[in-house]
Amino acid sequence: MMILRESIIMKIHYGTAIGALFLTVVHIMMRMTQDFHESLQYENVIANYESIGYAILLELLLILISVHGFNGLRVILLEMNQGPTYEKLVTIGCLAGMVALIAYGSRTIIMTNMGMV
Amino acid sequence: MATIHPKLSEELSQTTVSPTQSVKLKIKRSNPNVNSDEKFDDFVVPIEKWTTVLDALLDVKSHLDHSVGIRYSCRQASCGSCGMKINGKPGLACFTKISELNSDTITVEPMDNYPVVRDLAVNFDRMINNHKKVMPYVIREDSEIDAESGVREFLQSPENVEKYIQFSSCIKCGLCNSACPTMAMDKTFVGPQALAQAYRYIADDRDKGKNKRLKVIDESHGIWRCHFAGSCSQVCPKGVDPAMGIQLLRGYLLGIRD
Repeated sequence: MMILRESIIMKIHYGTAIGALFLTVVHIMMRMTQDFHESLQYENVIANYESIGYAILLELLLILISVHGFNGLRVILLEMNQGPTYEKLVTIGCLAGMVALIAYGSRTIIMTNMGMV
Repeated sequence: MATIHPKLSEELSQTTVSPTQSVKLKIKRSNPNVNSDEKFDDFVVPIEKWTTVLDALLDVKSHLDHSVGIRYSCRQASCGSCGMKINGKPGLACFTKISELNSDTITVEPMDNYPVVRDLAVNFDRMINNHKKVMPYVIREDSEIDAESGVREFLQSPENVEKYIQFSSCIKCGLCNSACPTMAMDKTFVGPQALAQAYRYIADDRDKGKNKRLKVIDESHGIWRCHFAGSCSQVCPKGVDPAMGIQLLRGYLLGIRD
């Protein structure tokens, strides 16, 4: 089952990898504005989520890593076994997993940003 | 009394005919048409410096066991028939000298990633089908035979020939597919041999079938499943670099090559 050509999927795969790498660097650099143990304290973590800029960064990071990770998983699973039914299940399963993870992560980011936690 | 220069005497001693030695040849035997048994048969064969693995196998067939199953033809690395695993590494039996293996025991097995027909002979159907799929011929509307002007040539500059010439050396021996780790895992992977040939024709400026070929290889078990292990290029007896061809092909699909 192919919705997109494999080259388009792989362009997305490489693009999300570069994007995620860049945002992870930004994320880590922002951790360096304070001591590492301080950055993990509950109040500081919540404060990060409540900053709209940081929440957008986390949301983008979540989307990029989910898309890249689940496509990577799809590729590994396609190599391990072949067959039309299996491939359809793998594609649908990975898409569903990706959507579920993004939805759950987005819920956490939005709720925390809005002070609902 | 004439004296011989020390270096010359050393060269003379090296050019004398070596005394006949022998090696143990371990041949993997199986016949899937009869049963699933697999075993190694050992044969001791005499060798000279120039004895190839194929020579030794033919010696076994002539003098010790005529039932050993091998496929061979040209004996000069041109036909690509005698590919097999020699001491664990895919190679052409006719192109591998026993003296270069530096071992008293030579183990020969059928190539990996192909169904065995019998003993060392394997079935090439998968490779040939994938090779056909990439349309390994020049595709264009017009022909070199013209009704009005007779026969003409599609001329190429040496620079254009240089782009693909090494890939035309492929003899379809299948060693690259045998060494490929993705071929071992993915039974529908198109394989380095076919991908290298796709590049060979796409890079040929006489060819107009680029889009057709790219469509064939741009699918879920096509070019993107290559992990660039590079083992295909390491084992090629003709110096073809399929791994490089695959990376160049990816350039077309990613839009960074025209």
